[in-house]
Amino acid sequence: MIHFVILISRQGKVRLTKWYSPYSQKERTKVIRELSGMILTRGPKLCNFVEWKGYKVVYRRYASLYFCMCIDADDNELEILEIIHHFVEILDRYFGSVCELDLIFNFHKAYYILDEILIAGELQESSKKTVARLIAAQDSLVETAKEQASSISNMIAQATK
Amino acid sequence: MNPFSSGTRLRDMIRAIRACKTAAEERAVVRKECAAIRAAISENDPDYRHRNLAKLMFIHMLGYPTHFGQMECLKLIASAGFPEKRIGYLGLMLLLDERQEVLMLVTNSLKQDLNHSNQYIVGLALCALGNICSAEMARDLAPEVERLLQTRDPNIKKKAALCSIRIIRKVPDLAENFMGPASSLLKEKHHGVLIAGVQLCTDLCKASTIALEYLRKNCTEGLVRILRDVSNSPYAPEYDIAGITDPFLHIRVLRLMRMLGQGDADSSEYMNDILAQVATKTESNKNAGNAILYECVETIMGIEATSGLRVLAINILGRFLSNRDNNIRYVALNMLMKAVTVDSQAVQRHRTTILECVKDSDASIRKRALELVFLLVNDTNVKSLTKELIDHLEVSDQEFKGDLTAKICSIVEKFSQEKLWYIDQMCKVLSLAGNHVKDDVWHALIVMISNAPDLQGYAVRSLYKAFRTSNEQESLVRVTVWCIGEYGEMLVNNVGVLEMEEPMTVTESDAVDVVEVALQHHSSDITTRAMSLVALLKLSSRFPPTSERIREIVMQHKGNVELELQQRSLEFNSIIQRHPNIKSSLVERMPVLDESAYIGKRAGSSQATLSADKSSQTTSSGPSSLKLPNGVTKPPAAPLMDLLDLSSDDAPVSTSSTTDFLHDLLGGDSISPGVAPSGGAGTDILMDLLSIGSPSAPTDVLVPNAISSKQGNAPEPKIAPAPVMDLLDGLPSREENPVYPSITAFESSTLKITFSFTKQPGNLQATVIQATFTNLSSSAYTDFIFQAAVPKKALAMRIRMAYKVNDQDKLEQGQINNFPRGL
Repeated sequence: MIHFVILISRQGKVRLTKWYSPYSQKERTKVIRELSGMILTRGPKLCNFVEWKGYKVVYRRYASLYFCMCIDADDNELEILEIIHHFVEILDRYFGSVCELDLIFNFHKAYYILDEILIAGELQESSKKTVARLIAAQDSLVETAKEQASSISNMIAQATK
Repeated sequence: MNPFSSGTRLRDMIRAIRACKTAAEERAVVRKECAAIRAAISENDPDYRHRNLAKLMFIHMLGYPTHFGQMECLKLIASAGFPEKRIGYLGLMLLLDERQEVLMLVTNSLKQDLNHSNQYIVGLALCALGNICSAEMARDLAPEVERLLQTRDPNIKKKAALCSIRIIRKVPDLAENFMGPASSLLKEKHHGVLIAGVQLCTDLCKASTIALEYLRKNCTEGLVRILRDVSNSPYAPEYDIAGITDPFLHIRVLRLMRMLGQGDADSSEYMNDILAQVATKTESNKNAGNAILYECVETIMGIEATSGLRVLAINILGRFLSNRDNNIRYVALNMLMKAVTVDSQAVQRHRTTILECVKDSDASIRKRALELVFLLVNDTNVKSLTKELIDHLEVSDQEFKGDLTAKICSIVEKFSQEKLWYIDQMCKVLSLAGNHVKDDVWHALIVMISNAPDLQGYAVRSLYKAFRTSNEQESLVRVTVWCIGEYGEMLVNNVGVLEMEEPMTVTESDAVDVVEVALQHHSSDITTRAMSLVALLKLSSRFPPTSERIREIVMQHKGNVELELQQRSLEFNSIIQRHPNIKSSLVERMPVLDESAYIGKRAGSSQATLSADKSSQTTSSGPSSLKLPNGVTKPPAAPLMDLLDLSSDDAPVSTSSTTDFLHDLLGGDSISPGVAPSGGAGTDILMDLLSIGSPSAPTDVLVPNAISSKQGNAPEPKIAPAPVMDLLDGLPSREENPVYPSITAFESSTLKITFSFTKQPGNLQATVIQATFTNLSSSAYTDFIFQAAVPKKALAMRIRMAYKVNDQDKLEQGQINNFPRGL
């Protein structure tokens, strides 16, 4: 299973973390610091797998962001590379040529997308189209609710003028 | 404007934080925001709860504490609207973890949401449950999730399946409830449901053997069909990755097949064809295809496959090995390590490529390749493999040298039927990477040389030659120095020359030169210098004409800062000058070191914390090697006190610890506090070496500070005190040691013994005893042996002294009861 997903920038800033195994807040900080140190210093020609504490961490760099996923020693590393790419492509389609800033200002949306791709550390959906559709449907629910809320308050504002 | 809103939108807060130039600025902005949020929370204001939680999540990601926001998540989840629930559940997953009690409060909301009419809300609940539920929540809500496995909506179905995985992981007892629903999931067409369903089945197999058998019986056929369909499927844009339809489904199905086929010939046979098809048909030019092939190979290796299929698998791995992509090679090496146990022959065929990987620029690959090579070594290929590895040792990276050296030494030792070959390889390794060679390795070499009398001449000559070229390698220097000391005359007189040796003339003076260089070289540590001094003593006996020169060299260290060296210098000088008659018997050839005893000691290394070296050497508890960071030498725990169970020193991890007795015989010091064998075994060996005509010693005897007339060591007519390095050490950083009063342990008309005690700071359970022996008569004592025995419980000691005076044997004994209290 995937134990956690971490997105870090080249400077070591954390952009997204998702934990599927129990790690306390303290432990999480420690893990992030350790892995940042290990991964950010690796040369570009080296393989994308790092052995860490009996687990494997698969990472890939996309522009200024490192996408890292920690898996069990007997999991398929090459598949995880594909899952990372799957996630990135879906983000790309959603934000339209996604960049780091998108993930900073819309972090909650990045999380929503991740929650449609992984649950319990396992893959949920292999179709990018389906994921996009589900996200769009939920986004429109939110939009509708917002519109309703603002139209109600308009009515009240009008009524109490 | 709502008075409790901080006024900023999420976007604005983020912008403000990013604009901060210093950490202090950022802290200020965050503090302000948190204050506003806290105020809003305490007023229970619903309007901006949504936005405030989003802000809190961002602040949390920056690393600030946000636990005051946890209840807000609960309130949002309990709200009616979808947007609130959405952000509420997200906040829950981000700000809490399963170990927190607050989480339990969500159970009720979750239950309601799992029964909601809005499918997306059901989805939110399943997602949250599947990501962070605790075992209790899992148990509570399992029935709801089970029910949801049967809905028609594929979105809910797949989420319910994955949620069930978490439930089973938390509460394995529930596994059997999910068997039936899981197997029906495999009849679905929707890929998301299939992937989740297959994964659920995989976890069920891990959780329960009943489930495993059930699934094996009912699902094998269906699985094979799924794989066949997806493998044969035409282009499907929705699932296509690099020309393959849904590689994820391929991989998950393959993994489940592995679980079902393991150990079961029938199902394995059933899977044979489709596995062969996938293995041959899948394109391997892109990562997706390779991921599938990798899983396929794992499965073939894991089930009861036909040999044809196995060969196919190993060939795929062979191709992977030559792939330019580092990832693929890494994965191949990994897999080959597992394949070695299944079919070693097939893997051997790829030995050359694997050797190439040992030289790769990627550290992860090098490491894997080295481990794999180690598994491949057998009697036929050991010589060529070792040669390759040693050749590479020359050019390898510093960080890699350690691993590589260790592996080479293991290989050499394991396959060392030919002693000549063993000596040759070790010479090379010591020359190239002596500094990385562990102590027990070069100890083993010395033991071996001592057991091979016809090769001793060859050994000492090879070492001599090696030394001339690489005298920076510490272990090489030590072994060379020891051998020259022992077998110097073989070196000079060309004893036992083997056919292939080139003629070489070494004079006595040359031999002494080598040892002198070892002694004086700036990079030699204390152990090396101590060994060199002993070697010089031996040479002064074996090469009488050099005696005066050697004495001068030795005397240069009479004022050495290291007590051990100073002591040896003075004592050896004394022997050379004043006791020529006993010198030759002192430094007679060492007895053959007993290999089996040595190996036995190595095996049973960890326990005792006693140091036997104190016993065999007069200049006992010497300082240990300089490898300690602050250069302070660490005195070993006093042996006597250890017997009284006062010491709680951990058995030192250093590998040298196991062979201390050997170390002492070599005249060296242990690097760590000595580890001695428990009672009997070690002392028996020592007794043998001591070959003392004394009456049988009590079994718990240790022989600290003993003087012996044994061969090979540097004895002394006068007893030396056990040096207490930390007292003599001038480093200011040392803390105060607690001080205990000295005692007169024994006093007769002819002999007086006083004990003084110190403890090391930081190790108050070990005590170092400095024993001072004073000869109260006017004659000299020789062959002095001091023996002590201690009972397990009381703080007391029985001692016995045996010595020769005026050519008569004398024996004195006593009991010491006056140890300071509180020691």
